This record gives sequence, structure tokens and C-alpha cells, in this order.
Amino acid sequence: MTGAKALIQALEKEGVDVVFGLPGGANLPIYDALVDANFRHILVRHEQSAAHMADGYARIKRKAGVCFATSGPGATNLITGIATAYADSSPIVAVTGQVPLAMIGKDAFQETDIIGVANPCTKYSFQPRAAAEIPEMIKKAVYIAESGRPGPVLVDIPKDVQQATADMKFPELIKVRGYNPNVEADLSEMARAVELLLNAERPIIMAGGGVILSGAFSELQALAELVKIPVVTTFKGKGAFPENHPLAMGPIGMHGHAEANKIIVEADCIVAVGARFSDRSVGKFDEFGKGMSIIHLDIDPAEIGKNKSVDVALVGDVKSSLRTLVKMFSKKMIKKDSDNPWLKRRKELIQYYAETLKDYPREITAKKSLKKLRELLPANAIVTTEVGQCQMWASLHFDVITPGTFFSSTGLGTMGFGFPASIGAKAAKPNVPVVDIAGDGSFNMTENSLAVSVLDKLPVIVFLMNNYMLGMVAQWQRTFYNRRYSGVHQHNCPDYVKIADAYGAQGIRAESMHELDKAIKAALKSDVATVIDIPIDPEEDVYPFVAPGTGLKDMIVGA
Amino acid sequence: MFATTVQKESWHIVSALVENKPGVLFRVTNLFRARSFNIESITVGSTEQQDLSRMTITTNSDEKTLDQLVKQLRKLIDVIEVKVLDTDKTVYRELALIKIRAVDPTTRSEIVNYATIFRGNILDIGKETITVEITGTPDKIDAFKNLVEHYGIAQLSRTGVSALPRGGVES
Repeated sequence: MTGAKALIQALEKEGVDVVFGLPGGANLPIYDALVDANFRHILVRHEQSAAHMADGYARIKRKAGVCFATSGPGATNLITGIATAYADSSPIVAVTGQVPLAMIGKDAFQETDIIGVANPCTKYSFQPRAAAEIPEMIKKAVYIAESGRPGPVLVDIPKDVQQATADMKFPELIKVRGYNPNVEADLSEMARAVELLLNAERPIIMAGGGVILSGAFSELQALAELVKIPVVTTFKGKGAFPENHPLAMGPIGMHGHAEANKIIVEADCIVAVGARFSDRSVGKFDEFGKGMSIIHLDIDPAEIGKNKSVDVALVGDVKSSLRTLVKMFSKKMIKKDSDNPWLKRRKELIQYYAETLKDYPREITAKKSLKKLRELLPANAIVTTEVGQCQMWASLHFDVITPGTFFSSTGLGTMGFGFPASIGAKAAKPNVPVVDIAGDGSFNMTENSLAVSVLDKLPVIVFLMNNYMLGMVAQWQRTFYNRRYSGVHQHNCPDYVKIADAYGAQGIRAESMHELDKAIKAALKSDVATVIDIPIDPEEDVYPFVAPGTGLKDMIVGA
Repeated sequence: MFATTVQKESWHIVSALVENKPGVLFRVTNLFRARSFNIESITVGSTEQQDLSRMTITTNSDEKTLDQLVKQLRKLIDVIEVKVLDTDKTVYRELALIKIRAVDPTTRSEIVNYATIFRGNILDIGKETITVEITGTPDKIDAFKNLVEHYGIAQLSRTGVSALPRGGVES
């Protein structure tokens, strides 16, 4: 059997049902073997999108997404997608072609040291030197990508290794020495956490992306309800907890919900679950959590104390740690009634900001559009976003009801992520509506994936809040650079309805709330992708805003 | 922008057992670069087990940075085990080759005398230089270097520290 065939079979054995990719000189043998594969191949128009599709697929399927690219530029085009997956701990396996072994290091045509290039943004990488190594490497690649704190793994296969034949052994079990992802939290530390939490008067849960990665939704909800703790999330953790739940407060951070930013500053004990205290979430590191006790649950020991020193660290899968905590609490007498001053404070803050925050004065705004979208989408619809103002508006104004149905490029903040990622998500769950909450600047970057959406029958909805502006940059220039706009105008180009039309997708312009209502309903019924072009005033800013380098308490709530 | 409390830096020896295969040193050094860990020296060599190498890393770091350095190293899949060695319970040595300018006979005999006192070896004598090998703790090598510096050091090469815990049989 050839190395290329072994690759395909190894992927089949891992249960892979779809691969996103693009062929080239150095992966021709793989594409030849692909003809006989029992999984689907989706041809992308740019490799960056292949990585984002694999990422979107992985986040919804909660197993590794796979993408293929050729050597050199094909491989480097994947890098943005790989770095995005790395920053958000998403399991993807990227398989690249490489020049033949004898050509490596000779600056051959389309040769790049992709292992070297990708090193800082991969969890691990492999380069088989013989065809017989491929089956075990693929099994290890999938295992490493999916287990522990997930992340991207690169497999770089020289062309002659793809072509070479060998007697292949497909191992059932593998062991990676030096990699031990399954740790259980220390029970004595658990007891300390319970003590701290029982003695706290103003406890808060800060749920991060780790809750979504481990699928610890019911465990998180059980803990919050049992101990009656309000729940904020990080932006990556958005949707870890139903945002219509009576204890929910929404995301904190630079563009967090005002009430969430406010309440976390007032808390005396923070339970951070699968969160990494990123600057975008917590603001100034030194200021965050001052005078509070912090309990940190995370699967990655290196996250403990990285950005924030904590009082109790529970290292382990947050699902199992939360389950243990719930058990320990069930045995305690909890006096806290749902009427305690802290929960009253929660209601008070929500009400205060609901009355204080002013809506942007226009018939159609980002906020109203997103509220309308929520109203018309089923609770289980999957929503992702582009990056910029659209993303932060989504965080602020689109409530996630079913846990785990929302994701975004939160760590790397990759423009162009949302649309291909939504196609990947649709491939993972074809029967559920999938929406990309988009802005024009970001959608522009990967809009050629419309071809994929149409041809591969993966109809998603691009909810395009269009101000023909790199809006977030413009907002910062308005706020910090005295309205000296530089490099932000898109000058009404292109016409997105025509763009959609050109690809055989459906383009609808919605200039009023009534038209938007109709457009969303038409999109939900459509069997091709729909781009809903919603003109947004370029002066509509995202608020609240915590300026970089300041603390959450310095939040600006409006212009 | 995100100033943290300044902690006292001190000298540490970190010992890591790693897979003996291509690319591992690259992964380790790339990690140090990417996370701005400041490394004083790093040595890699074979161990009693054919498939494992030992890396000895010395660093001037505060406790928090050291903690991160160790945790991030452990996270690397090719790294099997990481320990911060207690310098009181550790034997550690470095080797230095120092080529010193020495033309006149007085200088030459002084250098030979110093080398003897430091239990060094004279490896080579040329018309204008003497090359001395000194083995010891980094402090001892620094002391010798300071002593002969005024003659003029033509070239110097240090290996970095290699270390093992005292006694016991554990790795």
C-alpha cells in the first residue's frame, strides 16, 4: 500500500467524514488516493478557508477537523487558520504535502519548512520519513489534537513518502510518552475550593471556553443553581451557560455586558472555569481580582498562575472537576436563598443598565437587527461571527440559548474566519441553521467560500451588518485618534447582493426592520447560501468599551 | 502596559529529559523565544537511555517566570520530565576553553601557574597564545576569566552547565 492510501485509510479509521482542502504538486498522490476515500472532500478556494472550515467543523462536532494543502504556499496559506485554531484550542489536523525527502533543504520549488513555520502555533507536528510511519502518526495526530487541551496538529508528508509502498500496520492503541492529558483535580484542593465558596458572600462564576470544549454545560448549570451563583462568561465562553437563564450575566471584557463587567468587580470570590484570564476578558491583570479569592479550574497546568495568581487551582478536565464540586456541595447545607442581597444586586444591575444604555437613534441598527435574528432563529441554530464590530455586537446583543451553539475567533481575532467556519459547522450539523454574523471588512477576506457553500450544498446565512468600513478600527480612530480616519473606508464596494448572485447564492438587501424580517425568513427557507446585506450607519459604535490597558471598572458605557 | 510586581531574579538549573529525535531542541528553544524566557545556557547530550537526551538549562528568573518556564516545558509533547534542581543538592559543572594572548615568557609562566591553581589544563601553546581548559562551576570559570582578562582573551568558548542531582538513583 502507498503512503497516500495509508493516510486515507488511517483517516477513515479515525471516523473522519469530511476533509477540506486544495490540491497542488506536492500532494497529488494524496488527491489520487482521495478518489477512493469513503469520506467527503470539500474543495476550497483558498487554503486559509480550509483550515477555518476544519476549525468550525471541529468546534461543533467536538472532534478533529481535517484539512489538506500542498507544500509551500498551500501550506503557508493554512497558517492563519492553524494559528486561529491554536489560539482557541480547537482540534484540527492539517495534512500538507512536502517536497520529496531528497529535495528538503535544497530550496526546491514550493518548498517551505512548514514544521518550522507552524511550530509556535501547533500543539505538535509530524513529518514521516517512511511510508510505514504514516498510520501510527495519523492516529497520534488525531489523539493529540483532540485530547487534553485540544489544538492543531500538523502532518507534513514528503511527496516520495506518499508514493512509497510498505506493509502497513494500523495500530489499535497508541501511547505518546511525555504526553499525559488526563489529570484529575486534587481532592484536598477541591475541599478548599468548597470552603472558600461557602464562605463567600458575593461569589461569581466566570465560565470560559474550556466549559464548551469539555461539554460541561449541565455540570456548570448544576453548580450555579445549587450554590446560586451568578454566571458571567468570557467571550470565548459565550454560550457555555444559557444566556436567558435567571443566573446569567453574559460575557465580561473589553466589549462585555455592562452588568457583567460591573458585577465581577464587586465579587469577593471568582470561580474561573476553563478560562485563561486573557487581557481582552479581564483588562489590566494587576487590577483584576484584587481583594478577591480566585478558584481556577483548568485542564492545562500552564494556565495556572500564567496571567493571574490564584488561591486554589483545580487542574483537570473541568467537566469532571465540576461534577466533583457539585457532589461535594450536595452534601453541604446551603443556606443561600434566591433572595439574598447578592442576587438582588444582580437584578438591580441588569435593570439599571437596561434603563441607562441608550440605543443608537436609527430605524435599523446592529442591536435591533441582532435582536430580530435571535427572535427568528430556532434556539439550536449555530452562530459564528466575523471579527470586529460585528463580533462584539454579536457578543452584546445576540443571546445564546442552547449551550455550545456559538463560537468565534476569540483568541487570534482572525478576520475572514466566520464565513468558512460557518460552512465547516454546517458540514458538521447539516440539519441545523448556521449563521455567520458578519461585517463587510471581514466577510470580504474569505467571501470566495460562497462557491463552496453553493457547490457543496452547505447553505449558511451571512448576516452582513454592512457599514462599508473597517468599523472597529474606525471606532478606535474616532475614540483615540481624534477622528483622523486612516485606511478604513470601503467606498461602497462591492455590491454584496451582486456578489452573492455571481456565485449562485441568494443576496437580499434589507434596509428596514420589516425587510430584515422577511429576509431572515427567506434565508431560513433557502437551499442555497444567503447573504443578507444590512446597511449600518458607520457612526454606530460598540459600547460598553473597556479601553486597552485599563481595568473593567473603568468601563465606558456610551459615547 | 500590564506591569506586574517586580520579583527578585535568581539563578536556577532546570533539567529536562527529552525525546532523542530531530527537532526537539528547536521546539524547546522556540518556546523560550516565543514566551520571552531568558536563558543563560542550554546543553543537550545523550543519557543512560539511548532514546532520551538530557537538556540542562540555566536561567536567571524570578519564581513566577521559572514556574511558567517549567510548566510550558512540561507541556511540550517531546519533553518527558522537567525538574528544577536544588543547587545545594546538585553536582554541576561547566567546561571552558580560553585562548589567552601570551607572548613574553613572564606572562606565559603566570598563566601556566594560574591554570595549575585552578586545576586547569594547558591544551595548546602557540607563538602568541596559550589555550587553557577550565572545568568547574560557572563561578569558578568566571573567576579564572577575570584573573587572565588583562592579558587579553583572544577567544573563549563555554559549554554551558551540565548537572545531575547528588546521590540516589532516580533520574
